[in-house]
Amino acid sequence: MKPIVKWLVVTVLVLEVGVVGAQEVIRIGANLEMTGAVAAYGQMIWEGVNLVREIVGDEVDGKKIELVLVDNKSDKVESANAATRLIDKEKVVAMLGPAISGSMLAVGPVCEEKQIPVISATATNPLVTQGKKFVFRACFLDPYQAAAAAQFAREDLKANTAAILSDIAQDYCVALGNFFKEEFTKRGGSIIVEQNCKTGDQDFSAQLTTIINANPDILYVPNYYTEIALITRQARDLGFEGIILSADGADAPELFSVGGDAVEGLYHTAIWDATKGLNEVGQKYIDLYKEKYGKDPNMFGALGADAYLILVNAIRQAGSLDPSRIRDFIEDTADLDVVTGKVTIENGDAIKPVVVRKVEGGKFQFVKTVVVE
Amino acid sequence: MTWTTFFQQLMNGVSVGSLYALLAIGYTLVYGILGLINFAHSDVFMLGTYFAFFMIGIFLLPWWISVLIGVGLCALVGVTIERVAYRPLRNAPRISALITAVGVSFFIENLGLVTVGARPKGFPRPELMKNVYFIAGARIQGVTFWVPLISIAVLLVLFYLVYRTKLGMAMRAVSKDMETTRLMGVNVDRVILYAFALGSALAGIGGVLWACKYPQINPLMGIFPGWKAFTAAVVGGIGNVVGAMIGGFIIGLAEIMIVAFFPNLTGYRDAFVFALLIIFLLVKPSGIMGETLKEKV
Repeated sequence: MKPIVKWLVVTVLVLEVGVVGAQEVIRIGANLEMTGAVAAYGQMIWEGVNLVREIVGDEVDGKKIELVLVDNKSDKVESANAATRLIDKEKVVAMLGPAISGSMLAVGPVCEEKQIPVISATATNPLVTQGKKFVFRACFLDPYQAAAAAQFAREDLKANTAAILSDIAQDYCVALGNFFKEEFTKRGGSIIVEQNCKTGDQDFSAQLTTIINANPDILYVPNYYTEIALITRQARDLGFEGIILSADGADAPELFSVGGDAVEGLYHTAIWDATKGLNEVGQKYIDLYKEKYGKDPNMFGALGADAYLILVNAIRQAGSLDPSRIRDFIEDTADLDVVTGKVTIENGDAIKPVVVRKVEGGKFQFVKTVVVE
Repeated sequence: MTWTTFFQQLMNGVSVGSLYALLAIGYTLVYGILGLINFAHSDVFMLGTYFAFFMIGIFLLPWWISVLIGVGLCALVGVTIERVAYRPLRNAPRISALITAVGVSFFIENLGLVTVGARPKGFPRPELMKNVYFIAGARIQGVTFWVPLISIAVLLVLFYLVYRTKLGMAMRAVSKDMETTRLMGVNVDRVILYAFALGSALAGIGGVLWACKYPQINPLMGIFPGWKAFTAAVVGGIGNVVGAMIGGFIIGLAEIMIVAFFPNLTGYRDAFVFALLIIFLLVKPSGIMGETLKEKV
């Protein structure tokens, strides 16, 4: 055993020396959920970040980017601790933040205080970036998605009247429903009937009968996949012939197994389309992911890659390792090509094209991207 | 609201109500004989859909045979539950049996979550249930058409069984006085086993028909239909089979009509049903068809 231990020590020393002795490195923290309740999210993001490094390389102006991963155990307190450790001990200049909003809300104040920019791939709660200078995210928010849906309904589907059947037990659904209504009305359409349901409901016949009686051009169902499948099914059985439009909650295989042929023709807004890259880096990412893992890439990994690309771009633009300067260039991100399309950062939030897809032949087919005007 | 719309809503209500009715009969049957509310009933209902689902999906059996096997397996599960969980508590206080029933229910639900997972599965439906019929301008799905007919057929079979066979006579005897029936040389435990087999088979049929209407199955799917069917049984007069059917239709129609006429109250749909349960328990605990309860000695 002893010689092995000796060798290990020597190897570690050599590695240490190697790192210290090499050219200047840029240290970026990764504060991710590698274990715990939502470990899948953190792991997918980590996977995406590393994959995109294989595509765009890991250097900025000849300086090597070193990622320092700390597991936040899917826990709020651990996330805040991990942030402190990354900043004080590991001396990172920027940080990839946790996947979920709760943890990101705990990390935000730490980064604000220490003035280190942090960017989350997927935290969608509006509060995450509100009133903060150093906190960013790489995904768009529910209001933006609903506005895109309304614009698509008005401009592309030429709908004049719409009905909304939303789930009053979910903040997500209520928000989408309200913002859709606002935008659709603003664009000259009218919401002729609004109906509600509750998570877990299986029977929607009463609501749908009322909706069909009002005969709208389009039915907006910003719910989750099971409800969308059951609603679509019952709407068709009850004779609804208009267009049904839903949001990113539709993206699950259960939509097809429960909805069957009834979901044919259903439109939905999505964060991205894993079958078709919108630009070069997107397509490369999809190809490489499939080659490496033998399956379709997921949204978490793609948004993780986006967050990384936004950071790297800002560091390159800043031309220095001053965190405040990097922060300014993150905020200035405009029309940057990332994995899920072109991204612009405004007030800490990402603005990027919303993908619209349609169900055809039991599969999602890309229709177009929508940028809210 | 136009006449056609109203008629359509009426049909929607009948459609949901007949499913509750079928399920309520199972509750009432066991209660009538044992005085026990079998909370595991709604989980046997869930198991029925999964049994049929796996028979179709894995063994690739035709739909009807799968359903029959599913219903048979449900009867077997019912018998097992009674043998393992309820029989040892036959002479224990009622509250013990009640708590055991809740425990069995949780056990089956969680067993389902662990073994088949929480993600819903799509249930295959035969053409017969998918067809849409037009009656007076209302669109009526095959399943809406068949469920009430099946419920009535089940009711007739049940009446024949209870009033025309020896087994039925024994069941009625047990429900009146278990000890005396035992003294008369009737194998009480066996009679109760048959009652459970019957009730659980009904749950299985109800489950499959439910899945035909709402083709999404998951291990917790039985909970709400179960509670509502139980409410239907109480409203109709628990222990009374005809009452259970009437109760089922009342609950189904009430649920649909509250959403149809008061869209703003949609969120209170379930609350409304359970408010009805409380009102009935307070005002007329014996239900619509129930006899005034004479406390058993």
